[in-house]
Amino acid sequence: MAVPSVAVQPRSSILARLAESRNALGFGFMLPAAALLLVFLTYPLGLGVWLGFTDARIGRPGIFIGIENYQYLWSDGVFWLSVFNTLLYTISASILKFILGLWLALILNEKLPFKSFFRAIVLLPWVVPTVLSAIAFWWIYDSQFSILSWALQQMGLIDHRINFLGDPTNARASVIAANVWRGIPFVAITLLAGLQTIPQSLYEAATLDGASRWQLFRHVTLPLLTPIIAITMTFSVLFTFTDFQLIYVLTRGGPVNATHLMATLSFQRGIAGGQLGEGAAIAVAMIPFLLAAILFSYFGLQRRRWQQGGGD
Amino acid sequence: MAAIKQVERPDIDEGGMGYLQSLPRRVVTVYLPLLVFLIVLLFPFYWMTITAVKPNVEMTDYVNYNPFWVVHPTLEHIRYLLFETSYPGWLLNTVIISTAATFLSLAAAVLAAYAIERLRFSGARQVGLAVFLAYLVPPSILFIPLSVMVFNLGLYDTPFALILTYPTFLIPFCTWLLMGYFRSIPFELEECALIDGASRWQILTKIVLPLAVPGLISAGIFAFTLSWNEFIYALTFIQSSEKKTVPVGVLTELVRSDVYEWGALMAGALIGSLPVGVLYSFFVEHYVSSMTGAVKE
Repeated sequence: MAVPSVAVQPRSSILARLAESRNALGFGFMLPAAALLLVFLTYPLGLGVWLGFTDARIGRPGIFIGIENYQYLWSDGVFWLSVFNTLLYTISASILKFILGLWLALILNEKLPFKSFFRAIVLLPWVVPTVLSAIAFWWIYDSQFSILSWALQQMGLIDHRINFLGDPTNARASVIAANVWRGIPFVAITLLAGLQTIPQSLYEAATLDGASRWQLFRHVTLPLLTPIIAITMTFSVLFTFTDFQLIYVLTRGGPVNATHLMATLSFQRGIAGGQLGEGAAIAVAMIPFLLAAILFSYFGLQRRRWQQGGGD
Repeated sequence: MAAIKQVERPDIDEGGMGYLQSLPRRVVTVYLPLLVFLIVLLFPFYWMTITAVKPNVEMTDYVNYNPFWVVHPTLEHIRYLLFETSYPGWLLNTVIISTAATFLSLAAAVLAAYAIERLRFSGARQVGLAVFLAYLVPPSILFIPLSVMVFNLGLYDTPFALILTYPTFLIPFCTWLLMGYFRSIPFELEECALIDGASRWQILTKIVLPLAVPGLISAGIFAFTLSWNEFIYALTFIQSSEKKTVPVGVLTELVRSDVYEWGALMAGALIGSLPVGVLYSFFVEHYVSSMTGAVKE
């Protein structure tokens, strides 16, 4: 019995050692994912930064021109308008999504008949393709046949049709409303999951001590919910800041660039206009804002959690 | 699996102190706001459906017909969409691309998640963090360099341009989600199998994967939905009308200069939303629990 095993030993030992080595095996298992991500994510990220320093156009590889693109953008009013629009869009939409999402989560956390049905149906706006629901909003916001204008007119609240997408202020409000509509379910459902992990006994104890409903919310719900609020809002801010689809469908950046976000401007200059270098520079200019947004919403809320003695 | 348990709450806890509230108060604080939320969240879908079956005469005549209702429903828009446009082809393209990207990403993500979570090779923690950071890179800053790459690789205007680029956002998400699932599978099972002489591959395929089926399903649904909804890559990398996906095709081909075929547009939006809507309604529990579970990690 010993003889065959000795004979087999030398050949299998290398394979066996490889198969047992965590590092070799780990490398092999990581390979497909790592290869795809390095080629199609890390490399393009670097390529994008490089393109921002070139004057590449579609069909013509560019040459290095230093920070000329950024100098041009610095003096470009439309670029700064798009930065302003992006900040306005992100901040107002995120605040609205947070307030309304939290409210909806608190409602769904109550004792309700058909609760799981409601929870399912509320998620719908978030599940369907953004472009397709945006097309529905496009029709709702139509300048001539808007159902909103019609309904408000019937109620006697307004006397002429609202020009939803043709007027700068209205257009901004309209795209923010459509973005909030789509974002509420995500915020509500994730916060609902957080609410359900808060033990009822805490509320019972606080009620016995005479806490009002507002005090229950302020001193029990909110502190315990803060960690999940931080994560949810970080994601929400990130997705809102880089939004492209909704604007592209509803306004294409108009009227007079009033709703151009940095992502849509980058597409318009880079792909539609063919100025790859300039488009890439706009995209790269988003990165510092993104990092700031992530750090702000993450650490800002983390510190509050620590201040309230929620444990580190 | 842990995530599912957290979502389900024992019945005893349900609305613990609800009896302290009177009915009129509950109507004002709970039922009324809920009703308003539901109306606002669902109205665009209702409007989509009603417009899709409305004859053109009724659609633009608000004086004689109440726009909230349809007097003579018609299938004309849907017939036009299915037989006189490339819509069925776009549906097929979207299904093929989404399915291929989903399976590719799932296969890569299963291996990566298992390696990070269970093989614990040196640097596994850092790789896990890198995967998480990769999820935070938005497509809006990648599409320009990716379009250059896609063009240079000769993939421009082919389905492979999308099948190979969608994993950039699918793999990080699936890996992250599956790591959570693998974590909930007891180590002892693997140890027993190792003692019995199973290889790592056998452990993965015969022990870990069967136990992680709920995780695989939710990761798969997520990946499929995300690919189905993807827009900016499909808009940038695909040129020919017949190769487009549903979101891009509906927006770029059905909208002509100044004549808006609203009925056909709404029908296209509705039919394009149905597959993900149906898929998700079958697996809504997986969906909710994995979403909240993943966010909680």
